[in-house]
Amino acid sequence: MGTRDCQHICSESSPAIGEAGTTGEWRDAFPVIDQEKCLPVRQNKPSCFLCWLYCPDAVISRTIPIRINMQYCKGCGICAQVCPACAITMVNEEEFCPSGTD
Amino acid sequence: MKTNAVNMTEKEYLLPGNRTCPGCALSLAYRHILKALEGQVIATVPASCLTVLHGMYPLTSVTVPCVNTPFASTAASATGLVAGLKALGREGLTVLAIAGDGGTHDIGIQALSAAAERQNDFLYICYDNEGYMNTGNQRSGSTPLGAISGTTPILGKQQNQKDITAIMEAHGIPYVATANASYPLDLYEKVKKARGVRGTRFIHVFTPCPPGWSFSFSDTIRIGKLAVETGWVILYEVEDGAFRLTSASESIAKKGNLRPLREYLMEQGRFKNITEEQINELQGWVNARWKRCLDRAVNL
Amino acid sequence: MSRKITRKASGWILDGNHAAAQGVKLSRVQVIAAYPITPQSPVTETLSEFVEGGKLDAEYIAVESEHSALAVCTSASMVGARTFTATSAHGLAYMHEMLHWAAGARLPVVLACVNRAMGAPWNVLNDQQDSISQRDTGWIQIYARNNQEIIDSVIQAYKIAESVYVPVMVCYDGYVLSHTEMPVDVPSQENVDRFLPPYKPHTILDPANPKNYNLVTLANPRVNAEGVLCHGYMELRYLLQEALQNSRETIIRAGQEFGELFGRSYANMFWEDRLDDADIVIVAMGSLAMEAIVAADMLREAGHKVGVLGLRVFRPFPKADVLKALKKSRLVVVFDKNISYGLEGATCSEIKSALYGSPINAVIRNFIVGLGGRDVKARELVAAVNKSLSSLKEGGLTQEYPEWLCAI
Repeated sequence: MGTRDCQHICSESSPAIGEAGTTGEWRDAFPVIDQEKCLPVRQNKPSCFLCWLYCPDAVISRTIPIRINMQYCKGCGICAQVCPACAITMVNEEEFCPSGTD
Repeated sequence: MKTNAVNMTEKEYLLPGNRTCPGCALSLAYRHILKALEGQVIATVPASCLTVLHGMYPLTSVTVPCVNTPFASTAASATGLVAGLKALGREGLTVLAIAGDGGTHDIGIQALSAAAERQNDFLYICYDNEGYMNTGNQRSGSTPLGAISGTTPILGKQQNQKDITAIMEAHGIPYVATANASYPLDLYEKVKKARGVRGTRFIHVFTPCPPGWSFSFSDTIRIGKLAVETGWVILYEVEDGAFRLTSASESIAKKGNLRPLREYLMEQGRFKNITEEQINELQGWVNARWKRCLDRAVNL
Repeated sequence: MSRKITRKASGWILDGNHAAAQGVKLSRVQVIAAYPITPQSPVTETLSEFVEGGKLDAEYIAVESEHSALAVCTSASMVGARTFTATSAHGLAYMHEMLHWAAGARLPVVLACVNRAMGAPWNVLNDQQDSISQRDTGWIQIYARNNQEIIDSVIQAYKIAESVYVPVMVCYDGYVLSHTEMPVDVPSQENVDRFLPPYKPHTILDPANPKNYNLVTLANPRVNAEGVLCHGYMELRYLLQEALQNSRETIIRAGQEFGELFGRSYANMFWEDRLDDADIVIVAMGSLAMEAIVAADMLREAGHKVGVLGLRVFRPFPKADVLKALKKSRLVVVFDKNISYGLEGATCSEIKSALYGSPINAVIRNFIVGLGGRDVKARELVAAVNKSLSSLKEGGLTQEYPEWLCAI
C-alpha cells in the first residue's frame, strides 16, 4: 500500500491526541480522588485545583468534581503528592482495571 | 491580579498522550509556557527531549506552529523566524526558541550569544535537566560537579556547571530570569512579562529529570522545590539591570536560611558517588552565589 | 566597483560578486544572512550597502557563522520569505549540515557559492572542490561561465527553486570570475518582476492552523489522525529525488522564458559548442568551459573536430542530454577542478555514468586541473587533448586514476 495519497512534500505534522498511543497503558498505579477530602468539592466552589496545575500531561480537568482522563494518565503520582488535602491516592493497577475515563 | 490555579486561563496547548516520561518536568513547564503566551507563538526546537515531546510525523502533541532545527542552530533559527515575519509584515506573534541545556550551554551557545549581541527580538527559554537526557544522560556543561552520567560513569563529573543565566545577563539584554517547573505560577508570570519585552529575552527553567537523576517520578515537584530551598536554584529576574528575587527564593531571603545542599543531593541516585570534598565545594559555591544575590536584590 | 558604460543603458562593467549582488537585489530578496569569507565578502558587503542605502527592502542579518547563516535562511523561508546567502569553501563546509536540512525541508533558498579551494592547507584561490563536495545534499547546482551568467542564474534560481521547492546553489569561480570585471547587461527591475512572481510557500506557520515541521520521521509509513497513510523517511527522500529528476523541465522552461524576456536563452542543461560534428569532446564546468572553447579553436585549426560540452547544471545531472550530445564522440576529455579522493574527478564519474549501457564506446580521459588557483591556460588544455589522442589508437582506458596538470 503506497503513500501517494499523502500530499506532504516535507515532514509536516498535525496536532493529535494520543500521539504516543494510549499512554494510560504505561502506568503501574492510577490516581483515585476522595471526593470528601477534595477542597473544591467540599467547598462547592472553584478553589485549590493544584492537581490540575501540576499535571505534566494536562489530563486533569479543572471541574467540580475533578475528572482525570484515564486513557492518557501516565500514573506519575504528582497530583497525589501536591494535593494539600491528601485527597488523591495512587492505587496499584493490579488491584483494579478501569476502562475509559474516571 | 496575580495568577493562581483557579483564575489561570484554561486553554491548553499540549494534548494528552505525549511521549514524555511520567512525571516529566519539561512537559509541565512547556504546558505553562505556552499558556502564558496564549499559543500566539512560533516555536523553534532543536534535537532534544522537547523534540520527542512534540512527537513523530505525521502527528504532534503540540497545538502551536513549530519549526524543528539542527542542534546548534536554535537561536539562529529563531533569528530567521523573526526576520521572515518582519519581512512579511506579520506582527503579534512571539518567536519562542526553546532548547535544553545541551542545546544552550554547549553546542548552541555560539548562535545564542550572537543573537543576543544582535539584539534579535525573540524569547529564548532553556529548559535545564542538567545533561543530554534525550540521548540517555551524557554530561553537559550544566551537569553538576560529582554527578554520574553516561560519560562520567565512575568518577562523576569533575567540574561544576556553568552559570548560563549570568552569561546571558552579561550580554546586556533587557530581560533574563530563572524559573522552575515546581513553581509554575512564577514561571507563568515571567513568561507573560517576557512576552511584552522587546529584544532578546532569556529564561532558564529548571526541569528535574526522574530517569536521568535517578529519583521516583512522583517526586519531580518535591525535588524541584528542594533545589530552591537549598539554594541550588535561585529564582530571580533581571529587568533592565534591576535584580529581583522572586517566589520561594524571595521568601527564603526574607524569612529564613537555606537548607543544607546535601539534603537535595542525597535524594538523587546520580550523586551516589559524590565525595565529601565535592559536597563542600558545591556548598561553598551555593553560599557564595546566594550571598551575591542577597547583596544585589533590589526587593529585599 | 561598477561603472556604467555609455553605449547601452543597461550595460555595466561588473565583477562576478557585484553581478551576483545585483541579481539578488533584482530578485527582491527579503531576508539575507551571510558571513564574510574570501572571495565572497564583497557580495555580502554590497548587499548590506543596498539594504542600508534603502535600495533593497530586506532584513540583513550579520550572522556569526555560516551554519547560522543557512539556519536563518531556512527558518525565514519557512515563514514564507525569499532568502539568500553566499559563501565559499570552508563556509560552505561549515553549513553542510544545514544544506542537507534545507533540501530535506524542501525550502527554496538560493545560495551563491564562490568557488574556492578547501584546506588543509589554507588556500583562498579558485577550484570547485567546495561545491562538488556538496553534490549529495539534494540541492540543484548551476555553474556560471561568466559574470553575465551569474546575474542571470541568480534570478532564474528563484524561479526554479520556488517552482519545485528545492534549494538552488549558483556556483562561480573565485577570483577568476568573482574579482574580474566584465561587461554585464543588468536586467530591468520591471522585467525581472514580470519573470519572477512572489514566493508562494508550502509551509504554514500560523497559530490558527498549527503544524510542526521536520519532526522525527520514522523508517516506516505511519497513519495520521484522519487515517491516511503518511510517508516514512524514505518516501519523503524519494520525493526530493523525484523533484530533482523532474526539475529538468522547470529549469529549461525557466531558461526559455528568461530568453524571451531578456534576449539570452538558458533553455539547456549545458552549453554546446560545435558538438554537431565533433568526435572529440572537451567537458568542463564554470569559467574553464570558456577556456575550453579557446582550446577547441586551437585544436580545430590543427585539423581536429573538437567540440565543448560546457556543463551548466551539475545537479540534477543531465544524463540523457549528455548521452545525446556525445553520440558521435570517440574521445571525451574531462577537465575537473576537483577530485573525489581515492577515485577521480566528479564530472568524469558522472559522464561515465551517463554513458554506461549505451552503445557509445568513447575513450574517456580525466585531467585534474587548476586546484588551489593554479592557472589553466588554453594551450595546456590543448596539450592534454593531444596527449589523449594516443589513447584513441591504444583503445580503452589506459590509466586507472586521472592525470594531474601540475608540477609533480
